[in-house]
Amino acid sequence: MSDTAMDKTRDVQEEVTWNNKIEYMLTSIGFAVGIGNVWRFPYLCQIYGGGAFLIPYLIALVFEGLPLLYLEMAIGQRLRKGSIGVWKNISPFLGGVGIGSMVVSFLVCNFYNTILAWVFWYFFNSFQNPLPWSQCPLNINRTGLNEECVKSTPVNFFWYRQTLNITTDIETSGSLQWWLVVCLACAWLTMYICIIKGIQSMGKAVYVTTTLPYVVLTIFLVRALTLPGATDGLVYLFTPDWEILKDPQVWLDASTQIFFSLSVAFGGLIAISSYANEKNNCEKDAVIVGLINSGTSLYAAISIFAILGFKANAGFNSCLKENILVLTNHFEFSDQNITADNYDHWVEYLNQTNLDELASLQLRPCKLKTFLDQSASGTGLAFIVFTEAVLEMPGSQLWAVLFFLMLFSLGLSSMFGNAEGVLRPFCDLNLVPKWVPQELITGAFCLMSFLISLIFTMGSGNYWVEVFNSYVGSVPLLIIAFFEIIGVVYVYGMKNFSEDIYFMTGKRPNLYWRCCWTIISPLMLKIVLIAYVVLQAQKHPTYPAWNPDYELFPKTEVKPYPDFAFAVIILLCAMPVVSIPLVALYKGIQKVRERSSSREGRNPYGNDAFEIEAQ
Amino acid sequence: MSGKVIFLLSVALSSAQQLCTPGASDGYKVRLSIRTALGDNAYVWSQNELFLFRATLAFAMRNHFDGQDFQVANIIVCDETPRVSFWFVVTWPDDATRLVDGGEVEQAIRKSRKRINSAFLLNDWTLEFVGIAPTLAASQLPATPPWLIAFGVVMGAVGAGFIILVVSAAVQKRRKKKENVEDVAEDEDSDVEAPAPKPLKNGSVRHEPSGVSNIAFSDDERVTQM
Repeated sequence: MSDTAMDKTRDVQEEVTWNNKIEYMLTSIGFAVGIGNVWRFPYLCQIYGGGAFLIPYLIALVFEGLPLLYLEMAIGQRLRKGSIGVWKNISPFLGGVGIGSMVVSFLVCNFYNTILAWVFWYFFNSFQNPLPWSQCPLNINRTGLNEECVKSTPVNFFWYRQTLNITTDIETSGSLQWWLVVCLACAWLTMYICIIKGIQSMGKAVYVTTTLPYVVLTIFLVRALTLPGATDGLVYLFTPDWEILKDPQVWLDASTQIFFSLSVAFGGLIAISSYANEKNNCEKDAVIVGLINSGTSLYAAISIFAILGFKANAGFNSCLKENILVLTNHFEFSDQNITADNYDHWVEYLNQTNLDELASLQLRPCKLKTFLDQSASGTGLAFIVFTEAVLEMPGSQLWAVLFFLMLFSLGLSSMFGNAEGVLRPFCDLNLVPKWVPQELITGAFCLMSFLISLIFTMGSGNYWVEVFNSYVGSVPLLIIAFFEIIGVVYVYGMKNFSEDIYFMTGKRPNLYWRCCWTIISPLMLKIVLIAYVVLQAQKHPTYPAWNPDYELFPKTEVKPYPDFAFAVIILLCAMPVVSIPLVALYKGIQKVRERSSSREGRNPYGNDAFEIEAQ
Repeated sequence: MSGKVIFLLSVALSSAQQLCTPGASDGYKVRLSIRTALGDNAYVWSQNELFLFRATLAFAMRNHFDGQDFQVANIIVCDETPRVSFWFVVTWPDDATRLVDGGEVEQAIRKSRKRINSAFLLNDWTLEFVGIAPTLAASQLPATPPWLIAFGVVMGAVGAGFIILVVSAAVQKRRKKKENVEDVAEDEDSDVEAPAPKPLKNGSVRHEPSGVSNIAFSDDERVTQM
């Protein structure tokens, strides 16, 4: 028999691997780079003193982010299973860590796709002229503009009323908003078609979803730099405020931002690496993914703040125009005698000559800094602040379409990793018979997630997304990551791990990695976890509610979470991590029972063809 | 004689002036922001422009009141400022001492607002009638909301993707079956080797219902070295 004939007739259960290294890297980068890089990091950078924030951020990256990243990719690549299989392999007592990862990934899948549904909704609505969030609709009698819209802004109205149709608080559920259900179905179908063939289809999809955001960010940056005011935004963003480094909150936020940004502890990275080549150099990969993730955050911050600088400038100019009009009308000056340039001179002059009249006009003070301070993070940035900025740019439809396409790509590539973090360990559990095709399992997963995430399309959906976002994707992940690193370094053993890495990459991990894994990273994680829990526990959690009847409307009303919501929060924090002690306990009881009963363990060298002769 | 004429004229003028006062109940203040609207192409406000304004207003009044022949003289203007703002009142064509009711004037202006604006190349905000709100553009709701069209396109693409996947999978399966049939036929034809059980790769497991694998010997070399 020739060798080629032998190779042709391969085993049925052959392993699935990535088609090439590029697909693997693009999927890992796409998973790490998500919407948070665009809408969380620039905001943090701005409120924590611009350039100065980069210092705690980079320190956290080097001592916390990269070691965790390398750890996950290494164990995934070596043990070639999803998170459940990997942890079962390392130590049967740590199987709960894998289950926790899977549960977290599943919960995150549900609410994350709702955000993509919102992005889809805005994307669909960007194909009209004028953009629907540019003007207020008429009220019911057609006598004037809609009151809620006039009191707030058209952009706010479109987001809170026409998109979410939000209720006044989390207790009022409202009904399912059909347009959001439709968009959610669209999002899940798109997701399904990309992951239907597992990593074969995913690997093709990431060529687009991972690279598109960079293209769009570059386009936005170039466009913004040609618009007035962009440099103001950039200067404002990056002006370092060194005093801020004394505040421990900054260090905490930098560490948590790095941690959540790199998407560790989801099990997704383990799953993605499990398909990689066995002798792949995962050290280099981990460093590349970590650096690209942070680089993307920085690049996105530059683009976003160039645009926001332009928006602040536009807002400042319109504020000035308003005041100029008031002055011109009151003092009957010739039209355009007062312009934006000589506005200050005129005000000074009028202060000296007609102080009383000037005071009676009650002009709104216009300062550029006030407008630059009007930033937001999260959905507020994407759906309110940025959409408003887009209105001021010539050719708004194009920019809106590009922006939402970028958000969709970012979210979808992160969703791939999350889905892998659920499906791969699910296969490890071997709950489903082998004849069930993978497509069916994936379809069942998508359908179930779609049905669960219908909760978020109700009137109170946005409040629930905030709950999930703040409490699922925070404390449980920190706990899981802590157990991960302790499990690998102390339970599995640093020596064994070093041997594995030597097997894969051909060299043992150097002093930096060993130091970080054994001492620095677990310590940092512990401190961050404790600080985070303490800070959260100090105040009763509240949420901002959109209530048109509120006296200070359009400010959001800050309400405390009702008891049942509080119970849900506790459940969400506890559910993923409760499996860790439970599984450890279960295995412990099993072991004790085994030891006490007869020694009928499977002898791997036993030859079952012969019966053990009774003595 | 001329003195009488002059006296009468001055009386008429003064009465006209008395009719038009800033803050008159039946009058309206007008503000024009020509430079804001037209920038470099702005025209200079002059008495000719004012004449055009009065004529346009008279036109608006004629449109509103069928049969009443309003003249330019019926539109009285006062209190002009460099802002380019002034007050105006409208008198009846048959009785120059009686003012047209403010409400009627407002309705007349509302009806012909667009024509008045276009005569001056301005819009509702740059040609401002203080007290008369700008007309709101009726929202044009198209028959199908545009977002549904975009949604339909995307869903169509996704659906097409699904169909392509299913079809290509079926085609591949058929092609594989054909290959297998051909392989089997080839094997049967070639008499070179006796049919042997399918060989296995080192270390892999044969998936058969009977038989137990003995993993103690899985690492052995298939061909022992001499």
